[in-house]
Amino acid sequence: MTTTALRTAAARASDLSKVYGSGDTRVTALDHVSVEFYRGEFTAIMGPSGSGKSTLMHCMAGLDSVSSGSARIGEVELNGLKDKALTKMRRDQIGFIFQAFNLLPTLTALENITLPMDIAGRRADKVWLDRVIATVGLADRLGHRPSQLSGGQQQRVACARALASRPEIIFADEPTGNLDSRSGAEILGFLRSSVRELGQTIVMVTHDPVAASYADRVVFLADGRIVDELQAPTADGVLDRMRRFDAKGRTS
Amino acid sequence: MFKTALRNVLSHKGRLLMTMLAVVLGTAFVAGTLVFSDSVSTALKNSLSHNYDNVSVRVENSAAGEDRSAQDNTSDAKPLTDATLRQIRALPGTASAVGAVEGFAGISDPNGNLIGGRGETQGANFSPGADGADTRYPMAQGSGPATSTQIAVDQRTAQKNGFKVGDTIRVAVNGPVMKLTVSGIFTSDDPALSSGGSLVLFDTATAQRLYTAPGQYGWIDALAKPGTGQEALESQIGQVVPHSGNITLHTGASLTADAKQMVEDDSKNMKTALLFFAGVALFVGIFLISNTFTMLIAQRTRELALMRALGASRKQVRRSVLLEALLVGLTASVAGLGAGVGIGAALKAWAGSSGNLPGGGLTVTPSTVLITLAVGTVVTALAALFPALRASRVPPVAAMSSNDQPVSQKSLVVRNTIGLVLAGLGVGVVLLGVSQGGSAGRMPVALGALLVMLGVFVLTPLLSRPIIAATGPLFRRLFGISGTLAKQNAIRNPRRTAATASALTIGVTLITALTVIGTSISTTITRQVTANMKADYAVGMQLGDRVSPQLLAQLKSAKGVTAASAGDSQYLKVDGQDLSLSGYDASSFDQLVAPDLTQGTVDAFRQGQLLIDTDQAKTLNVSVGSTVQVAYPNGTSGRLTVGGVYPKSGLLGPALLSEQALAGHTLAPYYNVVLVKMDGGASAANEQSLRDATGLNPLVKIQSQQQMVDQFNSLISMMLTILYALLGMAVLIAILGVVNTLAMSVFERKRELGMLRAVGLDRRGVKQMVRLESVVIAVFGAAMGVAIGTFLAWAANGLLKSSLSGLTTALPWGRLALFIALGATVGLLAALWPARRAARLDILGAIKTD
Repeated sequence: MTTTALRTAAARASDLSKVYGSGDTRVTALDHVSVEFYRGEFTAIMGPSGSGKSTLMHCMAGLDSVSSGSARIGEVELNGLKDKALTKMRRDQIGFIFQAFNLLPTLTALENITLPMDIAGRRADKVWLDRVIATVGLADRLGHRPSQLSGGQQQRVACARALASRPEIIFADEPTGNLDSRSGAEILGFLRSSVRELGQTIVMVTHDPVAASYADRVVFLADGRIVDELQAPTADGVLDRMRRFDAKGRTS
Repeated sequence: MFKTALRNVLSHKGRLLMTMLAVVLGTAFVAGTLVFSDSVSTALKNSLSHNYDNVSVRVENSAAGEDRSAQDNTSDAKPLTDATLRQIRALPGTASAVGAVEGFAGISDPNGNLIGGRGETQGANFSPGADGADTRYPMAQGSGPATSTQIAVDQRTAQKNGFKVGDTIRVAVNGPVMKLTVSGIFTSDDPALSSGGSLVLFDTATAQRLYTAPGQYGWIDALAKPGTGQEALESQIGQVVPHSGNITLHTGASLTADAKQMVEDDSKNMKTALLFFAGVALFVGIFLISNTFTMLIAQRTRELALMRALGASRKQVRRSVLLEALLVGLTASVAGLGAGVGIGAALKAWAGSSGNLPGGGLTVTPSTVLITLAVGTVVTALAALFPALRASRVPPVAAMSSNDQPVSQKSLVVRNTIGLVLAGLGVGVVLLGVSQGGSAGRMPVALGALLVMLGVFVLTPLLSRPIIAATGPLFRRLFGISGTLAKQNAIRNPRRTAATASALTIGVTLITALTVIGTSISTTITRQVTANMKADYAVGMQLGDRVSPQLLAQLKSAKGVTAASAGDSQYLKVDGQDLSLSGYDASSFDQLVAPDLTQGTVDAFRQGQLLIDTDQAKTLNVSVGSTVQVAYPNGTSGRLTVGGVYPKSGLLGPALLSEQALAGHTLAPYYNVVLVKMDGGASAANEQSLRDATGLNPLVKIQSQQQMVDQFNSLISMMLTILYALLGMAVLIAILGVVNTLAMSVFERKRELGMLRAVGLDRRGVKQMVRLESVVIAVFGAAMGVAIGTFLAWAANGLLKSSLSGLTTALPWGRLALFIALGATVGLLAALWPARRAARLDILGAIKTD
């Protein structure tokens, strides 16, 4: 692991707040959060349900608006960007991996992988694309449609889609949530190797300590605040932290 | 179960809206038709009920007056004379009797234009009693006409045109224009007036001279003495009137009944025609309703499975869906009934404002209410039948599975086989019908057309894939990823695409078929007019009346005329069968008419031989050189040699004979047209010369070849416009169907759309994608309609050939392209709202996994 001094931020939240509703129904999902996601690092965001981890990811990925504070991808401030610019941002700078795969059933695996580039009207970098496809091990499945693939294979297609356009940062939302443990392990291993070998930046939201243990760093969120962070986590270490939150949650 | 069904209806209000709207439109069409035609028929019947109060018995001469056809122009017909009238008056049962003469009278308004059209401006005789008044026509001002230079005008026409007693007005019947002095203005409850027409009165002698013959009447009305029944008087009169096929007796009661029956029949015909179009609209609605329920059930699969898991039987699930449909259908039908009554009232008010309809209230019969509600409810329930069956087949285990499971697509093999069989059978039967031709082929063609349409609807899912997929490369090139996705979306659920497109196909098929038939007829007529007529002008009467011999003489003497001949319509009997014949002047024949003779020569015509068309030659089993025994109109008989055979032509009629050969064999000439050849051809100056020769008679219609063609074409295009308007409702419902399908697809694909937005498709791209999908489906539907419509029109033309020979199918490419373009426009319009909705989708809400 490189030293902190050399790490540059691929995405950064400063004093970020997100408030839903107003009056009696007012909910503070993010409460003045400041966090950096470093380039070439695999960061996991953990926290119990309702801790605000998904909201943080949505705000950082330009999917949701920010109530106050700043969310940056690279040097670009997302807060205040219009829909058009945000869309372009997501298209060119950000990759997504969803829990439910979210592939287009009408497109083949390959078409799904190149979808963001097709939307942008760009040609895929053939060499890079082949490398990504080889890494996810889908070379013989490219002509298949999602319904002909297993859940694990579908999620690998989704990973390849996120990687193919070489985004600044990839956000993964519970990527193993819908998978059995073996397929899940495959995906996580693949995400880690894409960080190690391809130099990709990945931020993953999860509540699974085992999944979090694949990351370089774990950020813990509770009640809309960053409460802790762990470098080079192990599953047991993460689980231990989570238990502490749980106990706290039960007593409060 | 009722509660569940009701809750479902209420919770899907939005998505059921289009379905409701479709049923509302369809049922409103039905109810509007029924209310309007019932109201009109009631109003007309009411106005009729007093018309025959003063008629106990009417003696009618069908061979007199303007209704006389060339066929009646024979020696068999007997007249109704003054002598008959006197005999009827002298009968013991007769209180009074009046002889009537009536016919068309062309009146010029003060500006010299003709007032009204045929049947709207009538002339009749003023027949004063001993007191100098005619009870039928009470004078409001002045007195009845007493001399041939006087005329009386009905009050409304006088007011409308500013005619006053003492004014001179111009009137033409079928001879030259007459200038007559208004002697009086009268009121009357004559039906011709109560329905908005004009009536003028001549003195009886003048009317007879104009319409029948001196001393002859068109009919005689007798009023019975108190105590004498109508039947009794009828039998008394029967003793004194001449016995001939053209003289008939009717009691006042039977006249009223007949008139009411006629109104009834007319309104029934109108009703049937309109209901056909309402039926088409409802049929289109079935596709929409069925599609909606299918989609609703697909969305509710888990819910239905849960109900099954909790112990609901298949029957209960099926019933709950059907009940939902019934509720929707009933609600929409009630709204449709309301809208229909409104439409009926609006139509009645509109028809009333043009002055052609007697007033009266709106007639909403219980049967209208029942029919409308029943039709709407049954159609909706019927359309939901298959979706309901499908719903009942949802296995309980579906409740447990993830909602991500794509709904398994049932194989289309069975469906395709059925479709192929139906369509194949249909095409076969149509071809069989066409080969039989004429009226014998009508049944097979109609049946085959139905089978073809059904077959194609069943096959549409199969057809949709390759046809839409073929547009893929083009779409990709033009619209990039949006185009590709749109194409994929359009074919991903072939059943749904098919049902949506089919709804449009129905309307476009009918529109195309009618257009192609109209264009074909138009083209054929144009070709025949230009090929068979060498004359520069055809002169006839404005309203299709007979041309008087004076007019022929006037035209012959016009400046610039090089040849002129009347077409004399006469009926011969050949082997006991009527043969309609046109007589032309032998010397000018080949300058005016050019029959496309397949056998024989025009010389034969000049020598007094008969020319007949191929159909007649076949019927009579004759060819050139054969002789036939004929009975002439005046009762003489003789033999005629067939001198030539020509292909059937609407312009020439079935047989041609020279006037010279006819001379001495007819009772009177019956000219329906005068053909004129002029020095220098058709030109404004020549036309004016002809007009001048007729004394600027407003009733004379002078048409060049071009004008004849134009007039015919405008008739065809007017008919097409009316039919387009009537089919508009079906197209409107089809549009609703596209909107509905798209809106539901957008709803179903929320997650996909959310993902697309997340990975960077902008709002414009999303909109474009939805719009393109819509356009693809709509154009596909329209293209199929154009294809089927063209085929059916070709088949129909094959049948019509027997009545319009030489009819060939002409394709109006511009129009057909326009229909496809309209399909695209329909697609764009239908996508407006769904595309907006899709673009506005909240990304987070859409991709959320629940």
